[in-house]
Amino acid sequence: MSEAADLLDLEACDCPADAPSVDLDALYHDSGIGEMLAGMDRELVGLTPVKTRIREIAALLLVERARRSIGLRAEPPSLHMCFTGNPGTGKTTMARRMAGLLHGLGYIRRDHVVSVTRDDLVGQYIGHTAPKTKEVLKRAMGGVLFIDEAYYLYRPENERDYGQEAIEILLQVMEDNRDDLVVILAGYRDRMDIFFRSNPGMASRIAHHVDFPDYEADELLEIARLMTAGMQYRFAPEAERAMGDYIRRRMAQPRFANARSIRNALDRARLRQANRLFEARGSAIAAADLLTIAEEDIRQSRVFTQ
Amino acid sequence: MRLSQGQFSFLPDLTDEEITKQVQYALDQGWAVAVEFTDDPHPRNSYWTMWGNPMFDLRDAKGVMMEIDACRTAQPDQYVKVLAFDSSHGFETVRMSYLVNRPAAEPGFELLRAEGPGRRIGYTVRSYATGRPPGERYGGETRHGA
Repeated sequence: MSEAADLLDLEACDCPADAPSVDLDALYHDSGIGEMLAGMDRELVGLTPVKTRIREIAALLLVERARRSIGLRAEPPSLHMCFTGNPGTGKTTMARRMAGLLHGLGYIRRDHVVSVTRDDLVGQYIGHTAPKTKEVLKRAMGGVLFIDEAYYLYRPENERDYGQEAIEILLQVMEDNRDDLVVILAGYRDRMDIFFRSNPGMASRIAHHVDFPDYEADELLEIARLMTAGMQYRFAPEAERAMGDYIRRRMAQPRFANARSIRNALDRARLRQANRLFEARGSAIAAADLLTIAEEDIRQSRVFTQ
Repeated sequence: MRLSQGQFSFLPDLTDEEITKQVQYALDQGWAVAVEFTDDPHPRNSYWTMWGNPMFDLRDAKGVMMEIDACRTAQPDQYVKVLAFDSSHGFETVRMSYLVNRPAAEPGFELLRAEGPGRRIGYTVRSYATGRPPGERYGGETRHGA
């Protein structure tokens, strides 16, 4: 019986007791996906377009499961993704979370991410690339393969570059083993555009192109707060204001790398805090002093002197 | 004569689904899985040819299944077996070993008697297949090794 006829049958059936029905809400609760999405909201600041897309994918997979449970045809969707965005916008962090998310939704069998770059895929001499790429693919089977800075795979300036070979093997596996493996490419937007323009096959096999926006100043401050809490530090109230000032000044400067710049700034603030405590080692240090990042630890940054 | 050796030797040949489950069990125990093949069916032949390196860092059976399929496609007329090696202290040995492929026709073994002094008889078995050189034993074309 065709799918359409199936559907007609369902509609024609006027006895609701016999018509198969699905409790989507129960499926939602059983999958634990609500918990995961809430966790994502809690721990990742901003990134609205990304989160929206992931919610959509989660909904699709849930409906997919519901359809399968009443015997409707449910083709597993292609979930290969491409994450583009500026440095430090959370591409890698998100990719690592995708494995847990897709595993919870029952799309992939294992909850693991194999994270690779060009070096792991492309060989150094003729005949070296294919086994190397296959080795990585074998390792990633059942989970997520995350290729960071994927545009390095293709080097247009060298037409004998072995990267092309890796791309071809990758394409074939992305097509043939769609239910065994999810491939996530990540990279800076402009370079990924060039990469896709020269590899149209790759662009068409990736269903989800997700763009990671830059963070706003208040989002960055929120990230700084989360990061300090994660490192078991906390800001003194004045220090938090100083951090806000720091972020606004740093954003205007060149080579600003979003959350990564914040992490580096915090690492340097910890350094100064440790130094300050060490200088004052004659007197007893309270636990609160060890925890707290003071205003001066941040104000001493060279960002404020420039 | 159907050759039976290793684990599951008295069961019917495993289906791909069953092989997947067995491989997944081995991987879940943290054992390294390897694929080997040969065309010398003698039970004392312990040196089978390795199909690639043992796979130490896989999490999912699919990667092993890909290698098994590749090996079976390349050596359709040979015996292929899957091994699982346990490297933990105290074992350091193969914990699982079972056949996943066999030639279409298996001629079986001949019993040889060697008469010794005083009418003493020494027995040995010899595969009919090994009468021919490696690579030609099961109707395959000549290839080196095996």
